[in-house]
Amino acid sequence: MAKKIKIIVAKPGLDGHDRGAKLLSRIFAEAGMEVVYTGLRQTPEMIVETALQEDADVVGLSSLSGVHNYFFPKVVELLRAKGLDDVLVVGGGIIPREDYEGLQKAGVNAIFGPGTPTTEIVEYIQKNVRER
Amino acid sequence: MTMDYAREILQGSPRAVARLMSWLEDEDERAYPVMEEIYRHTGKAYILGITGSPGAGKSTLTDKLTRTIRRKGLSVGIVAVDPSSPFTGGAVLGDRVRMSELSIDPGVYIRSMATRGFLGGISKATADVVKVLDAFGKDVIIIETVGVGQDEVDIIGLADTTCLILVPGLGDGIQSMKAGVMEIADIFVVNKADRAGADQVVAEVCARVDQDSHIKVKDWTPPVLKTVAVEDQGLEELWQAIDGHRAMLEKTGKLHEKRRERICNETLRMIHNELFRVVREQLQDSGQLDNLVTDILDHKRDPYSIMREITGKWISLPQHQKETS
Ligand code: B12
Ligand SMILES: Nc1nc2c(ncn2[C@@H]2O[C@H](COP(=O)(O)OP(=O)(O)OP(=O)(O)O)[C@@H](O)[C@H]2O)c(=O)[nH]1
Ligand SMILES: [Mg+2]
Repeated sequence: MAKKIKIIVAKPGLDGHDRGAKLLSRIFAEAGMEVVYTGLRQTPEMIVETALQEDADVVGLSSLSGVHNYFFPKVVELLRAKGLDDVLVVGGGIIPREDYEGLQKAGVNAIFGPGTPTTEIVEYIQKNVRER
Repeated sequence: MTMDYAREILQGSPRAVARLMSWLEDEDERAYPVMEEIYRHTGKAYILGITGSPGAGKSTLTDKLTRTIRRKGLSVGIVAVDPSSPFTGGAVLGDRVRMSELSIDPGVYIRSMATRGFLGGISKATADVVKVLDAFGKDVIIIETVGVGQDEVDIIGLADTTCLILVPGLGDGIQSMKAGVMEIADIFVVNKADRAGADQVVAEVCARVDQDSHIKVKDWTPPVLKTVAVEDQGLEELWQAIDGHRAMLEKTGKLHEKRRERICNETLRMIHNELFRVVREQLQDSGQLDNLVTDILDHKRDPYSIMREITGKWISLPQHQKETS
């Protein structure tokens, strides 16, 4: 049985914009990945527990309401606290350019803004995901 | 870092559990020595199946039922199965959306699984994943099948009690339901009872259950319950019904019988899979398979005699020669 990339797609906080997250879930599945979509209103604790129980290779965070600077680093921190430091963390949504560097310093592996071709996102994940 | 997975699991590490489950799904050989070690810790959990048509409310009901069970002080494992795409092999596993709050309850472990081409309503590794949760110490394990239509009834081979979720507005759905699907239910649940037509479905199912009782005498008459999962209504009654079914199974010795049959089927299936894997590998790697297929295509040979020749050879050879033949 071929190994599949398992990815969590989560919407942290109270942000209700879920079009992008749902679209990406379908795109990842089209690319042969197994996608656990968590739905809206996730706390960092919920996201990290989900990643742990599902043995996720990738955690994908989507934020369009300006809460990324709090939520994304918090998720990375909790993942590390659980020993899940080989999990790839990617994010997207409405994120100002000037925030990219800080997020990356905090351990978010990559950020993809509006208009990114989804093939680019898929390729990035396939290239950078861990071995199990 | 090498980890003693069996020990970690028995000591309560969810991370070791998670990785073992992935290995089982991938049929990775690292899983088997761990399974051998933890197997003797299985057999304690009570296993529930939740099945029904797509969108019937299986996940919502699983979420609410789990909260009810947690209030009794019992821990819960959930295995939620969704279909893989036959075209891309990928899957969107969406059952967790209805169970968000359970993910931070340390007494609950949820695992989503894709069917990966398996057709019976669960996936090939579902039975194994259930065993891991059992050894991990979960008291009750709930399996949510994919949304089933007709023949996806493998769940009965796995669950001690199977709940079939129906909803109002199926039209004359009960009549048209294939016999097999109706028969798997130990308990009927008419969910979305806040919607018009719920009583009609209940009446139809009751009539059907009554009919069945005239055709065949049974120890158990499946109860027909109404729930409104989104409003947490009817879940206590559902748990009581499950408990009643369990008590009947225990009293009549049926639970033991069921589990015996399960172990028998499972053991045979595992042997079957492994034999098939070894034979296929040998035929493929030696190039023999290619030649045989060509011969069949050219009508020099037929698949029937080949089947007999190959199985005959494998069955009569002493073990040490099989590896090299
Ligand atoms: C559609 C929309 C809505 C819809 C949402 C429908 C839905 N269910 O999703 C509705 C009308 C409900 C809505 C409401 C609101 N909205 Co609005 N909305 C938009 C709009 C126009 C488009 C968003 C969208 O769906 N894009 C399409 C998807 C596919 O793109 P995407 O999500 O950006 O995803 C791409 C990338 O970002 C990336 N990506 C995204 N997520 C992820 C995740 C991962 C893991 C990865 C790898 C990549 C990735 O990949 C995708 C493909 O390239 C944007 C403006 C804009 N141009 O973005 C405003 C916008 C997001 N909304 C905004 C606001 C303010 C609101 C409201 C607060 C408005 C109000 N005052 O009522 C409410 C809040 C709703 C709520 N509960 O949160 C602001 C946010 C401002 C901010 N961040 O500071 C925006 C930016 C508009 C603006 N310019 O002011 N909105
Ligand atoms: N009105 C009403 N809606 C309900 C009830 N239970 C669930 N729903 C809704 O039905 C929809 C489907 O619910 P799910 O729990 O996802 O159904 P499911 O059977 O798990 O679906 P699949 O896993 O996709 O087959 C959701 O929008 C729920 O909110 C109910 O009792 N009443
Ligand atoms: Mg579901």
